[in-house]
Amino acid sequence: MKARVHVMLKNGVLDPQGEAVRHALGSLGFDGVEGVRQGKVIELDLADGTTEDTINEMCEKLLANTVIESYRVEVL
Amino acid sequence: MRAAVIVFPGSNCDRDMAVALKAAGADVSMVWHKDASLPDNVDLVAIPGGFSFGDYLRCGAIAAKSPICKAVVNHAERGGYVLGVCNGFQVLTETGLLPGALMRNAQLKFLCKTVDLKVETSESAFTDGYSAGDTVAYPIAHHDGNYTVDPDTLTALQDQDRIAFTYAENPNGSVADIAGVLSENRRVLGMMPHPERAVDAGHGGTDGQALFRGLVGQFANA
Repeated sequence: MKARVHVMLKNGVLDPQGEAVRHALGSLGFDGVEGVRQGKVIELDLADGTTEDTINEMCEKLLANTVIESYRVEVL
Repeated sequence: MRAAVIVFPGSNCDRDMAVALKAAGADVSMVWHKDASLPDNVDLVAIPGGFSFGDYLRCGAIAAKSPICKAVVNHAERGGYVLGVCNGFQVLTETGLLPGALMRNAQLKFLCKTVDLKVETSESAFTDGYSAGDTVAYPIAHHDGNYTVDPDTLTALQDQDRIAFTYAENPNGSVADIAGVLSENRRVLGMMPHPERAVDAGHGGTDGQALFRGLVGQFANA
């Protein structure tokens, strides 16, 4: 089985990289880009039967820093 | 004083840290990240700067889960001293021994220069060689030194006098100009600037000496 973990900075945490991307889009002439947030996608190849609880534990312990990041698990 | 310097793959300030501690009079051993325990009777653990595990995933994240870091957390929980510099500070926030996190510098640039810091408190073994309000010059060399912490924790850090150093001119966007913070028991210090790179006249400055001498002196007097 596969799972995909999306890791994003929490709302309210300033994302300097996202801001830089927003500026770059503006200078390319793309008007109206009001915000950009940059995150990570982590794909996991897992033994069949791995529970969502276990994947959440992986996120809490390593894949995300929950001080500044939130995560979302998608089982594929 | 017995000090242990932790070495991860990608550490690059480990030797400088050992030299600075030895010059202050400490007995120093180097400890590899795969070791599951610290040498006996270690007083201070120093986590050096560098790019542990290539900064993969997040700076310090993989190092914080290494076997030796369990021993470092136990050492801190027993009341032992821990100093984390630069990548070492990032590791300490990832272990949870210090609050907050280090994010990408606000200007997105890697910064490598000497900066002025204000000593905010002399109430710790690390800073009692200074007076609160002193200005000291330490080098910085980091890409992810933008310290962030939630507002409630920031208030607690301020109320408990746990901000050890602030930047005279904020180089990286860190909240409240914070350059270094102490744990609640004041025995764990994490900081982005490098005191170990300011201990020899050949470094261009010796403002870091007082930190190491003060720390080692605590044990000489005990």
